[in-house]
Amino acid sequence: MYKNFFRYLISAIFLLGFSVNSNADFKVGFVYVGPTGDHGWTFQHHEGRNAVEAAGIKTTFVESVPEGADAERVIRQLAQSGHDLIFTTSFGYMDPTNKVAKDFPNVKFEHATGYKREHSNVSTYSARFYEGRTLLGHIAGKMTKTNTIGYIASFPIPEVIRGINAMTLAAQKVNPNIKTKIVWVFTWYDPGKEAEAAQALIDQGADVIMQHTDSTAPVQTAEKAGVWSFGQASDMQRFAPKSILTSIIDDWAPYYVERAIAARDGTWNQQDTWHGLKEGMVAMGPYNSAMGADLVKEVEQLQKDLASGKVHSFTGPIYDQKGNILVAEGKVADDGMLAGMSVYVKGVEGDIPK
Amino acid sequence: MIKIEKRNDVPMALYFFTPFIAIILTILGGGIIFYILGFNPIEALKFYFITPISNLYGLSELLLKATPLCLIAIGLSFCFKSNNWNIGAEGQLTFGAIVGGGVALLFYNQEGFYILPLVILAGAIGGMIFALIPAILKTYFNTNEILVSLMLVYVSKLLLDYLVVGPWSNPEGFNFPETRQFSNSSRMPLLFEGLRIHAGIFLALAAVMLSWFILYKTYLGFQIKVSGLSLKTAKYAGFKGKTMILVVFMISGACAGLAGVGEITGPIGQLHRMISPDYGFTAIIVAFLGRLNPFGIIFASLVVALTYLGAETAQIFLQIPKYTGQVFQGMILFFLLASDYLLFFKVKILNLKKNELRH
Repeated sequence: MYKNFFRYLISAIFLLGFSVNSNADFKVGFVYVGPTGDHGWTFQHHEGRNAVEAAGIKTTFVESVPEGADAERVIRQLAQSGHDLIFTTSFGYMDPTNKVAKDFPNVKFEHATGYKREHSNVSTYSARFYEGRTLLGHIAGKMTKTNTIGYIASFPIPEVIRGINAMTLAAQKVNPNIKTKIVWVFTWYDPGKEAEAAQALIDQGADVIMQHTDSTAPVQTAEKAGVWSFGQASDMQRFAPKSILTSIIDDWAPYYVERAIAARDGTWNQQDTWHGLKEGMVAMGPYNSAMGADLVKEVEQLQKDLASGKVHSFTGPIYDQKGNILVAEGKVADDGMLAGMSVYVKGVEGDIPK
Repeated sequence: MIKIEKRNDVPMALYFFTPFIAIILTILGGGIIFYILGFNPIEALKFYFITPISNLYGLSELLLKATPLCLIAIGLSFCFKSNNWNIGAEGQLTFGAIVGGGVALLFYNQEGFYILPLVILAGAIGGMIFALIPAILKTYFNTNEILVSLMLVYVSKLLLDYLVVGPWSNPEGFNFPETRQFSNSSRMPLLFEGLRIHAGIFLALAAVMLSWFILYKTYLGFQIKVSGLSLKTAKYAGFKGKTMILVVFMISGACAGLAGVGEITGPIGQLHRMISPDYGFTAIIVAFLGRLNPFGIIFASLVVALTYLGAETAQIFLQIPKYTGQVFQGMILFFLLASDYLLFFKVKILNLKKNELRH
């Protein structure tokens, strides 16, 4: 992570170091749902903020803002206290962000993972995390001995289901006997619950664990049990050096720097961004040497192909659990279908909680 | 040799003055912490306690935040005054919000002046029913109300989780864990255009008045106070202990339920998993800081509400970690308990000879 950070720092110095700052008072605010030290979701947004700061733009952040009645006040206070661009980095800030945006037409707002852009000064952005899941699926399919992959899931929203499906499809491609077992924990961050879920999956025979939650508990549990695991949101290698095969890294820094500069220079416009491996918003951590050189080479090639668009995570034929066709042979799922994904593909065990 | 002795004559004035001492000590302690963290303590305290309420919006936010704290603490004062340790106001708040929110969802897309009163009533009844569980278990099965009421907090939170993820989740909401937005007829009317302070504040004020009347002007209030001072005396006087326990828990639960319904029909406007940042627990501090006195509680709820706002402002302007808010709340309680101890007990340092120590 530090490597990345310094890359942006250096490029930022080159890009901006000598340019005249047209607007010295320009300030960017960030609202975080967790503590900056969660080593997952919020940690990565904070890294993005550091990059903005390194680009010579003043920033402010407020951490651990509950997604209830308090969020609106914090966002409004940031808008009132002279922040020109505000990133609200959790889904639960969607309505408060739009509400405040209405009253501050001159302030720009960027809401992560939401779908409401009710005013022209609200943009939304998210990452194609599922592309990373495809790589994890490929690795998991090759590494598992029990043909059982354990998946700790947070909430049955399209983003999470998309990840489960992308992973399962990729694993099936290299290992047709694969089964995906899922435990829903209904939380984004709860180390206790996540560790329990990981243990339950290991007890059910899973020898590869992955999670769509934010803490490092699952990888630590996997390390103790001697099974494979993957880091989520940030590079979690140092928390489970033997067990972690790679990590999906959310790299918000380039986007944050780009949008902050655009807002400062007056070229910001409303958009709905969904970036992936290609743009670098999704990145992969170092691959574990236990994978073997051949598999690492394979995965690196797949990573390139996903980035270039040669391979798509959801390429037909794709069937749902009952065997109905979802995507026909030779076709790929469009973004609309991905955005609303609400059924499991064949090979995933259990039902989506209702 | 240190000897601790109970004081017999605690002056009333001092009793009501110690909360102020606790607050002053907290501010001093906070200043020291800020200084150690490397901030200018005067500037940090200014951002903490003055900036948040230096404009109309800030004042409205202060009242908005104080309203649920005040309501819950008023309810808790009935329990605490009569030696009933209801620790589960957070659960009663959540259950009240569930029942009230359920009624609001029932009237989704309908208009009518009667809807909001029904929602509020449902919330109060929900909280009341939920508080009756530990009360009944205590009176008829001799269970410990601290444990039961605390454990029920998790029950109600899990029930809320289940409802917003499952049966009550917004059908157009992509499975995100939240319900639909309530229709306008289920929302608390705003008092001023552009500010979030809503009619719920009148519920809190009414609760203050009513509780003062009950506690100081009725036979029930007399029973509550006597039971608090001495259970034996209360029994000897022939007070029906069981009924009183049920009543104080019902009052307490209803107040917490009202607080919950005020939040969801006020600033939030829907049910989701984060309807309260632990107001039910923070209100315990409020109740004691307010000396279990209705007017004291108004003051205490404003002070504690300010620690929340201050923590946000201090982070926005000085990037002081937001958790200092919790540190301040903890310090207030700590200094209050410490000064209470010194108020009620004398610490004597005695100079004893060896042989006197033996017995």
